[in-house]
Amino acid sequence: MSVEALPGRRLRLHVLRHNPQDPASVPHRETFELTESDGMTLFVALNEVRAAFDPSLQFDFVCRAGICGSCGMLIDGRPGLACRTLTKDLGPDITLAPLPVFELIGDLSVNTGKWMRGLAERLETWVHAAEAVDRDRIESAMDPDLAEQIYELDRCIECGCCVAGCGTARMRPDFVGAVGVNKVARFRLDPRDQRTDADHYLRVGTDDGVFGCMTLVGCEDVCPKGLPLAAQLAFIRRKMAMAGLRAASSTA
Amino acid sequence: MKILWTEALVIGGGLAGLRTALGVARRGHAVTVLSLVPPKRSHSAAAQGGMQASLGNTARGAGDNEDVHFEDTVRGSDWGADQQVVRMFVHTAPKAVRELAAWGVPWNRVRAGTHEVVINGARTTIEEPAAAQGLIAARDFGGTKKWRTAFVSDGTGHSMLYTVGDRAMAEGIEVVERVEALALIHDGHRCHGAIVRDLVTGELVAHVAVATCIASGGYGRLYQVTTNAVNSQGIGAAVALDTGVVALGNMEAVQFHPTAIVPAGILVTEGCRGDGGLLRDVDGYRFMPDYEPEKKELASRDVVSRRMEEHMRRGKSVKTRHGHHLWLDITLLGPEHIRKRLREVYEICQSFLGIDPRKEWIPVRPAQHYSMGGIRTDSSGHSPHLRGLFACGEAACWDLHGFNRLGGNSVAETVVAGMIVGESIADWCEGEGADASVPVGLVREHWEVVQAELAGLLGRTRGESATQLMGQMQRVMADHVCVFRSGPVLQLALDELQDLVRRSANLALRRSSPGANPELVDAYRVRRMLRLAVCVVAGALARTESRGAHFREDFPRRDDSAWLKRTLAFWRSPDDTLPTLEYEVLDVARMELPPGWRGYGNKDHIEHPDTARRAAEVAAIRDGAVAGDRHEIQERLMPYRQLLPPSLRGRNERLEERFRGPS
Repeated sequence: MSVEALPGRRLRLHVLRHNPQDPASVPHRETFELTESDGMTLFVALNEVRAAFDPSLQFDFVCRAGICGSCGMLIDGRPGLACRTLTKDLGPDITLAPLPVFELIGDLSVNTGKWMRGLAERLETWVHAAEAVDRDRIESAMDPDLAEQIYELDRCIECGCCVAGCGTARMRPDFVGAVGVNKVARFRLDPRDQRTDADHYLRVGTDDGVFGCMTLVGCEDVCPKGLPLAAQLAFIRRKMAMAGLRAASSTA
Repeated sequence: MKILWTEALVIGGGLAGLRTALGVARRGHAVTVLSLVPPKRSHSAAAQGGMQASLGNTARGAGDNEDVHFEDTVRGSDWGADQQVVRMFVHTAPKAVRELAAWGVPWNRVRAGTHEVVINGARTTIEEPAAAQGLIAARDFGGTKKWRTAFVSDGTGHSMLYTVGDRAMAEGIEVVERVEALALIHDGHRCHGAIVRDLVTGELVAHVAVATCIASGGYGRLYQVTTNAVNSQGIGAAVALDTGVVALGNMEAVQFHPTAIVPAGILVTEGCRGDGGLLRDVDGYRFMPDYEPEKKELASRDVVSRRMEEHMRRGKSVKTRHGHHLWLDITLLGPEHIRKRLREVYEICQSFLGIDPRKEWIPVRPAQHYSMGGIRTDSSGHSPHLRGLFACGEAACWDLHGFNRLGGNSVAETVVAGMIVGESIADWCEGEGADASVPVGLVREHWEVVQAELAGLLGRTRGESATQLMGQMQRVMADHVCVFRSGPVLQLALDELQDLVRRSANLALRRSSPGANPELVDAYRVRRMLRLAVCVVAGALARTESRGAHFREDFPRRDDSAWLKRTLAFWRSPDDTLPTLEYEVLDVARMELPPGWRGYGNKDHIEHPDTARRAAEVAAIRDGAVAGDRHEIQERLMPYRQLLPPSLRGRNERLEERFRGPS
């Protein structure tokens, strides 16, 4: 629901708090009241809370410009980037909670970095090339459209919103999520990567991979970069099904 | 006290740190990278517009090569750069782009045939050659003679960082996330690693290493309004300064980017102007051609920022309750161009301004953007003051950029310096550094100093507030140490900052929470940042000339006769409130490009007495080499190849300079 911007509006931030490093800490909700300023984002609001009320409040911001993916959190129950959420687009009562699925560091800070690193190592999200490059020589040509298509999928910022908004991820702790399937799609498109569908099938041709997806497409709904995740899920599922059938028929 | 051992300790997980680590690891050494945040969240990701490298694939890049890139960079630096380092850089940049292409960066590619582009406010047609089809494309950027900036839409830094970050994982580089180095372990001559705090648990650990490399980025957050990420606080440079023996170079050289959105200070790329965008004033008038007839909107950043501020002083700004601003107009580029090449800009305008840049002008004004200053190193990235300490990227003063960096040269520097410094760290680990013997007592001594500092902060409940000191420092810097500077105002700033330094000895915490404790983090950081701020202002006050981004209204001319030198700031004792300044002379007699007019900006510099003689020598060498190729002439003017690692010495192939033989 969009509320008209009224400078000076009183906002109440209801923040889910817990510090796992403190044995005495129990999860609880704490409310901070502040005055809305013109153009206020949750980045501005949370820093104001830290400065004015509670210096121990934990949250993660780095770029504060919507490109680094650090500040994913549940904003009124919905995963999103806090830095580019304007308070004027929210009601006067705003609930904030850490993203689910990821390990909690404290308050609104979660360890998406660790989760994403695990994913990258598992899916080997890098170009697998046979030969070393000769850096002195003119580079290999690439179709300009293909380069743009790869970038389209390369824009993922690993913020974790798609995982937090995913039904399967809540049931299957090892599910690769839309972020993982999108990476497979990105490297599958890339002619520099020598891997085949059979290679990808070994990594994501399971219920923890692309077959775990229930097609609820919460991922695409909440992706802050607007990545075409539903289409990639459907596409990779089809490719993996074919790779699976080929693998089955060759061993039969 | 826990001690961890490695061969190379790299502080900073952005592009410079990761590329350095890859180089060291590929030579067979153990590397540990320490990062404040998951590496892919580093500020490198914020580089939008592109990376300069003289590939010369495009029609508007035809004729480009290392020589042209070299001259552009030296002119951009206002002759403050180390010209041998510039040569090493421009020579290696094409190799870096090609390496990244092979690793997976989806560089924008050339489409052969005719295209409509916008140049100088008008639509015009260019024809890309058939031979270049599919090769890496380039866009125009400020202060360059050719279209030289390789790009991935306007998410270049993101794609580079993800590719290099994933490459580091592929090669098994150990990265420790969410940790922060707070002191170097050293004996005044040699560096043995760092004392490091875990930002989740609060634990303090000693990382002992044969080589330590600081690649932790710049110090933009000394300023209230900056395009920099919130963690670009310069702590890496500060811990080097705190040794008392390491110099920070040219700290007064601070870049202000012309187009930060108002009021948030978020960057919109120079690619907006490179692709044809215009600057307009309150009347909608395009004012830059009046000030800079040669390069207009595409003069170097220091010049454009200065002209914008000048124009605003003449009453031509748009006045809002967020302060004054000018307009950036990219509507003339068309919706398709913006969708494909300026999509981050589009998103930023939508999210933070609620405007559509395809139809509306963007409110902009200059804001702090880049730190040319940093840890002084030699051309191999090694500190001349503390052996075993290396630095690269924005944290370093290598010195590629002098007093003004060109757009597209910093994200290029991260990977190029990484390629070079990684090799020199490996050389150190295999050579002089290999005999390191580290007394554990020395490690403990440094660990205890940091431990005592943290305990002191945690134990005090009455005293100064870190938030307040930080805010005051940032206001002083923004108000008094900005685009226009002058002696009396700088003196005022220095007095205020010295007072803040004294007060920072008495910081107290309002709460004590176990673990991360963001209040404690602010407290120990603001102390370190204040010392950096004082170095910036002391250097600016002492430098009674104008050079690049350092502009003194009371000394508006560049003065080569007195100031063709690099500032070195040392913090000799922890109780000092001022740095000790020394200077390092830039030798005109060894310059390949002797000082002159930049091709834009002011023309009235004061000449160095040796300039005319050196210019005549250079002209004679060029005239005498009738049959010589450009490489031979360059070699006679200023040899530099011997400074590069052997693996990076080969020439670069181009469409206009094809290698013989099969590839």
